[in-house]
Amino acid sequence: MSAITPEIIRAHQLSEEEYRKILEILGREPTYTELGIFSVMWSEHCSYKSSRLHLRRLPTRGLRVLQGPGENAGVVDIGGGYAIAFKIESHNHPSFIEPFQGAATGVGGILRDIFTMGARPVAVLDSLRFGPLDDPEVGARNRRILEGVVAGIAHYGNCFGVPTIGGECVFEPSYNGNPLVNVFALGVFKKDEIFLARAHGVGNPVIYVGSKTGKDGIHGASMASAEFTEESKQKRPNVQVGDPFMEKLLLEACLEAMKTGAIVGIQDMGAAGLTCSTCEMGSRGGTGIEIELERVPQRETGMTPYEIMLSESQERMLLVAEKGREEEVFRVFRKWGLDAVTIGRVTDDGMMRVKNHGEVVAEIPARPLADEAPLYDRPRSRPLRRAPMDPPEFVSVSFENDLDKLLASADICSKRWIWEQYDYMVRTNTIQGPGGDAAVIRIKETDVSVAMALDGNGRYCSLDPREGARLAVAECCRNLSTVGAQPVAATNCLNFGNPERPEIMAQLVEAIEGMGEACRFFETPITGGNVSLYNETLGEAIDPTPVIGVVGLLPTGPPLTIDFKVPGRAVILLGGFGVCDPVRFGSTQYAKVVVGKVWGLPPALNMDYEKRVQAAMREIAAAGLAESAHDVSDGGLAVALAEACFGPTATGAEVELESDLRPEFLLFHEGPSRIVLSTAAPERVAEIAARHAVEAVRIGATMKGRLVIRSRGEVLVDRPVRQLRDLWEGALERMLRS
Amino acid sequence: MRFGVVVFPGSNCDHDAWYAVSRNLGHEANYIWHDSAELGNVDAVILPGGFSYGDYLRCGAIAKFSRVMPAIERFAREGGLVIGICNGFQILVEAGLLPGALIRNRGLKFICRPVELEVATTDSPFTCLASKGQKLTIPIAHGEGCYYADERTLDELEAEDRVAFRYVDNPNGSLRDIAGILNRERNVLGMMPHPERASDPLMGSTDGLIIFQSMVAAMAAR
Repeated sequence: MSAITPEIIRAHQLSEEEYRKILEILGREPTYTELGIFSVMWSEHCSYKSSRLHLRRLPTRGLRVLQGPGENAGVVDIGGGYAIAFKIESHNHPSFIEPFQGAATGVGGILRDIFTMGARPVAVLDSLRFGPLDDPEVGARNRRILEGVVAGIAHYGNCFGVPTIGGECVFEPSYNGNPLVNVFALGVFKKDEIFLARAHGVGNPVIYVGSKTGKDGIHGASMASAEFTEESKQKRPNVQVGDPFMEKLLLEACLEAMKTGAIVGIQDMGAAGLTCSTCEMGSRGGTGIEIELERVPQRETGMTPYEIMLSESQERMLLVAEKGREEEVFRVFRKWGLDAVTIGRVTDDGMMRVKNHGEVVAEIPARPLADEAPLYDRPRSRPLRRAPMDPPEFVSVSFENDLDKLLASADICSKRWIWEQYDYMVRTNTIQGPGGDAAVIRIKETDVSVAMALDGNGRYCSLDPREGARLAVAECCRNLSTVGAQPVAATNCLNFGNPERPEIMAQLVEAIEGMGEACRFFETPITGGNVSLYNETLGEAIDPTPVIGVVGLLPTGPPLTIDFKVPGRAVILLGGFGVCDPVRFGSTQYAKVVVGKVWGLPPALNMDYEKRVQAAMREIAAAGLAESAHDVSDGGLAVALAEACFGPTATGAEVELESDLRPEFLLFHEGPSRIVLSTAAPERVAEIAARHAVEAVRIGATMKGRLVIRSRGEVLVDRPVRQLRDLWEGALERMLRS
Repeated sequence: MRFGVVVFPGSNCDHDAWYAVSRNLGHEANYIWHDSAELGNVDAVILPGGFSYGDYLRCGAIAKFSRVMPAIERFAREGGLVIGICNGFQILVEAGLLPGALIRNRGLKFICRPVELEVATTDSPFTCLASKGQKLTIPIAHGEGCYYADERTLDELEAEDRVAFRYVDNPNGSLRDIAGILNRERNVLGMMPHPERASDPLMGSTDGLIIFQSMVAAMAAR
């Protein structure tokens, strides 16, 4: 084997310092295979080397938290002997290169994380970001990426049999060269049946199950060094190919095998494949693992140890079984028609030892490899900011036209075209599917339902990452409260540019701190998540996009939905008109869509007030007083009111807004802590609000078929619901056809 | 009454069907593994939705060769009630128990939404409790649900009153708005919409229950 040259080290994206550390750990020069193993384990993706230091400051503990960060997913107690496992993960880069398979395998990866823990996946949500569909230069490409990503998510989730019940989809120019595909999954299981990714019991067999290993997904494009090419013979696309049917079989077989009691530990093979699963299981279990590569089921002949160890072929699992009980495990996998092969055993020497036809090709201490990856406190300056602070001059010509424009804009319009491609009902648990403020599924085994939502606002964060992250957490918790759920825990996906740039690193740290502060305040500990850095193309970073997913609990019952049900009910703005000024208005959808500029700062958040509004909302919901509830967010109060008119009964509203705010602000500012609800018992709602010391302004009443908004005698908006609805409902399809 | 729910590798509405007839309706229900040569002691068979064998090649095309299929064919020949829902319908068509084919939706995309159906005949064990023309709201969730058959077959289905359900607002391009059909003996039904998803008040509609309730009533009357 040839010597490791500086070029090879560079091609593996390892710094000189990192290579010196490898020499120190091994006490000798690594083999090619070992170098490859270190390079993937110490990649940003697997080691979190730029973010780990800062992530430590996030709150991770809570009364209900059974498992925090560090395992495949976080686990939260939901009562009645049951628990939920959930996590969000990104698949951004693959989805840009190959939208369909990139998104599909993103779904596959996070589903495996959930059922690896023993939980059956019961819900998926997606947070998507694309470049504008009408971009004069790359609009066609953005449309193709959107269609591919949606089809990929549908393909995988629908076939696997997990409902895709919600999420968000936002369009900004900063995602032109770098779309974001963040997938959240949630599973349910008995709380005393949690499986961990640990290799225990010296001598226990290490068993490989699932798909055969192929050459797909080995490393990135940067691996094209001459030496590497020579050894690998053939270059394959960097994106893996997903097989949801195989994953469905793997799910059923794994859950059934877990019931035998013969499984000690289990870990899926995701990023860094066999490498990551072996060394992490050994490291967590405080043991070593020895595997023999010739036993690994292979899809093609002539694969090198390097390729087998680094392959990211999908739908594979590694498990450790109790010695002597292998046959019980094999029997289950045979029933489901799957490969299950003993490829090694647990050892007591703490080494990850890889043999190929008897020859040792890698021998690395597992713990340093898995846990002692380099840790960087990267330099940071002030967060990157492109937008000006000072507001431009602007004045509305027609509030009605402004509202039309907002309702038909890409971020606000109905996303039905997307979510109707997802099976959002399979498993018959979906109480509230896509299109609501939060998605809700019942847990059949208990009388508890789980609500969940994803939120992230890159535009807010580009103006102030700390405030933007705090606002995302507040909004996500508000979404849950609006359907009557108590937020209990969170997961996060941090999408940023290149952390080696101090102004990007500053964005990351500010956002983490803001998120941590808000999660601590709203008592939603972060039980796991994912960091996706280097989201840049040609030196242009994406807007900082921390996405938060919050889960909450509520008693099982009919859903509280956003739409007005019948005419003649009181319409109440819980939380009041809020505050706004010209600088804060610069982050709104109105600024983006109507003024055509973004400036200033995100809306101001008073967390204390926000928490009280949410508590009041939950109490109103629990008392059954609200017939509809919808939180005010993108597009402000006017858009929230319009959206509440778009239910099956097309019930509108007539409201009178008594406020000193400038009409543009009054209608369209995005100040938080506000919820529009309709009720037959306005006095009781007011009573509850007063007890929580929050405003509850009775702004009007529901009416048949029209939306009328007045302020101080002046009619600002008077439109038939049908007309507004058609604009909102058909906009996305019109953009895709253009 | 005892329902048997067939489980193929890749079935994913098996549990939903089981839940609807056992928990929502209060009858017995067993799973039947695809590898069984016998159905066991069941009064009716449900072929559930999903992606049997991954639906590679063509929906339902591989499932028709599974070990359980001869037993289902025998059961149907002897007059047993068989309902195929979504992928189950596709399998019944592939297996030749029902005529025609299910091809890609007109819009070439998967569609999941509640749709309105019209009961086209009440002369069947699956619709005997409904009234003709009755509207039912039941969800669809499929990519290949466009019913297709040649003119003669379509004419024959109509002449023999074998169209069980029609779409009120055709979502997928199905010929003559067909959402479900019966075999000539009227004891085998295939339908693309999912009645098991409309069997629980919490799921927004209980219109699907009437199909299972009809089966129970028909069995009781035998």
